[in-house]
Amino acid sequence: MEDCISTSALLTTDGVPLKQSLKKAERKNKLRAFLLVFPLLLFIIVTFVMPIGDMLFRSVDDSQINGVFPNTFNEYKKWDKEKDVLPPEEVYKALFEELAYGEKIQIGRALTRMNYSKSGWKSLIKTTSRQIKKAVKKDELPNNYKEFLISANEKWADPTFWYAMGQMVNNTTPIYYWNALDRTYDQDQNVVMQDEKRRIYIKTWIKTLKISVYVTIFCLILGFPVAHLLANLPLRYSNLLMIFVLLPFWTSLLVRTTAWIVMLQQNGVINGILVWLGILSDDGRLQLVYNETGTLIAMTQILLPFMILPLYSVMRVIPKSHMRAAQNLGAKPATAFWRVYLPQTIPGMSAGGLLVFVLAIGYFITPELVGGKDGKLIGHWIAYHLKTTLNWGLCAALGAILLGVMLIFYWLYNKIVGIDNIKLG
Amino acid sequence: MNDTSQSFVKFEKIDKSYDGEVLVVKNLNLDIAKGEFVTMLGPSGSGKTTTLMMLAGFETPTNGEIFLDTKPISKIPPYEREIGMVFQNYALFPHMTVAENLSFPLEVRKISKPDIKEKVQKALDMVELGNFGTRFPAQLSGGQQQRVALARALVFEPRLVLMDEPLGALDKNLREQMQYEIKHIHDRIGITVVYVTHDQSEALTMSNRIAVFNDGVVQQLSTPDILYEKPENSFVAKFIGENNTLNGVVREVNGSSCTVELDGGFGMVKALKINVNEVGEKTQLSIRPERVSIDNSISDSNNFSGKIEELIYLGDHIRARLDVCGNNEFIVKVPNEGSFNHKEGDELKLSWNSEDVRALDL
Repeated sequence: MEDCISTSALLTTDGVPLKQSLKKAERKNKLRAFLLVFPLLLFIIVTFVMPIGDMLFRSVDDSQINGVFPNTFNEYKKWDKEKDVLPPEEVYKALFEELAYGEKIQIGRALTRMNYSKSGWKSLIKTTSRQIKKAVKKDELPNNYKEFLISANEKWADPTFWYAMGQMVNNTTPIYYWNALDRTYDQDQNVVMQDEKRRIYIKTWIKTLKISVYVTIFCLILGFPVAHLLANLPLRYSNLLMIFVLLPFWTSLLVRTTAWIVMLQQNGVINGILVWLGILSDDGRLQLVYNETGTLIAMTQILLPFMILPLYSVMRVIPKSHMRAAQNLGAKPATAFWRVYLPQTIPGMSAGGLLVFVLAIGYFITPELVGGKDGKLIGHWIAYHLKTTLNWGLCAALGAILLGVMLIFYWLYNKIVGIDNIKLG
Repeated sequence: MNDTSQSFVKFEKIDKSYDGEVLVVKNLNLDIAKGEFVTMLGPSGSGKTTTLMMLAGFETPTNGEIFLDTKPISKIPPYEREIGMVFQNYALFPHMTVAENLSFPLEVRKISKPDIKEKVQKALDMVELGNFGTRFPAQLSGGQQQRVALARALVFEPRLVLMDEPLGALDKNLREQMQYEIKHIHDRIGITVVYVTHDQSEALTMSNRIAVFNDGVVQQLSTPDILYEKPENSFVAKFIGENNTLNGVVREVNGSSCTVELDGGFGMVKALKINVNEVGEKTQLSIRPERVSIDNSISDSNNFSGKIEELIYLGDHIRARLDVCGNNEFIVKVPNEGSFNHKEGDELKLSWNSEDVRALDL
């Protein structure tokens, strides 16, 4: 007993150090807990962490082309652009050889990538390749590769193509990010704006943010009174109202979106009623769909439950006596609402706001269907590059920027409101 | 008390109905003097909280008028009535600190910042929470929250303070302690208090006068001792304190006393005539347990016997449940002097003075 007290480490009755014994006793529980969450962990890693990591990597990856033209790029790096207008003979030679003996499929892929940096690469190399193949077949290797290539296509004497190659010689490239922000490289490798008519992304980014902010604000304005009603009506009425709020949740998104097209189109229900009431003339039917207005209306309606539910769950637990107490203490109803009720709904407002905003910023199906030409959001371009142009690098860069924007908003939100203040139910 | 000029709060012919079918308050007439501590006591659903809410302005009387300081207040909204209120669950604002909760009524009255600070500190000191100003309500214990609610109801110096079962959420010891504290604060600052509770011991401890509510009607309005000793009807007798009842029919009326024949032929009882009028009327007799004497006869007319059904040892006294004249819930409290040596099943001789038996309505 004396020993136990004198030593610094506590021992159990059996003489084992207490900490060790505790660890042993808890090991089993920890293992069990880990095994319980392990399938989920694995699932998240495989379906979430890995694809996102892959996407982030793709947005800067340039290794494919470096695998096709390793020697060319190596020699290219030795070119002193101050001294010579065109690259040295070795570059032409390496290019000739790698085009002559390279794998056709890989070269094809590399060409697509080269065209992102400067259009014209694809046709240039395709025509040159034919000449090279012919020469190789006849076993007539040229003495001067530079002259051979220039004679095959005079663009090989155009330094702008060679300058554009400078963007590809590294294994990573920021080009997709610059593209996603309507920027590109000029011949001196400076980042410049795209041609006027090719600038689409910044406009879309701004539109996406604008519509998301508007949708969030409209949802808040429309959702707050509904949530308040839900929280304060007698149970039998509030249950009915709750079903109306939840009904859209149980209906397919596509059905709801198409329903909005029916409602909003020029010969649709709303225009029909307005014309019938004499508010609009038959020629003056409003364009409510296939533009930003349509996107705004439909997204607000579809995202409204995400605002109402967190607000409701917060409002439900605010005792009714608070408003009474505030009035009893001398505050007019408006003051009581502003100073006592509203501050207590902040957790709900911020949870709903964040939820709606995050959902809106990445929304795809609804803007795609009702947005028409100018109601399309950034999700449209991500899908477009994913499926149509197969420019996955740009697609990944757009996605990564979207993710970054969300994280910035989340950070701002945490700074201003505090993430502990969020309450979903 | 009936003089309108003297009463500070006056309820005049107040009726209240929520649905147009049931009256929750019926013809309420109540006068409260300045500085008085009046408790509305009654079971739940008796209309006492509704009455309080009408006074605070959260409910409108269906009929009648409430006067505060001789002025009718029905048309005055709650925020202009200058009435403080302590709510059942305190209704402290959780997003404000204790000091901010207390400043709130002063801020909406546009009082200057230094004055607010001084008044808030004074109010906090009054409830012995001087150092708790920066805490949030959630960081306080139930008793402390209760004090903050009390301080907040008093800090803007209202004309009147209402309390709606303010101690209901506290445990027994704290509740008793807070009863005394509220009473002392009332004595010290002399403010008029209207207090609502369903706990009769709370009402007896704190009040100058108690209005016993039942079924929307004030059954009796009086001081605690008169309510206990001289209940005017059987509801008050039953609701306040412990009470033994015997049912019977009035056989003889003689001035302020009467003779009642017990149902079941158990004999005649002499009693005070309180709430009966004439011979032949059915009546309920009320006797307090401590006024029943055992073994020695203290009266000529009221001598009975009862069989012990149950004995409960309570330290200072023994509580005996007897079967007396057909009522097997008859309670007698025997002081524990060491001389009581009866067992369950024994017959006891009982007697009581006719002044301690009150013939009430049935």
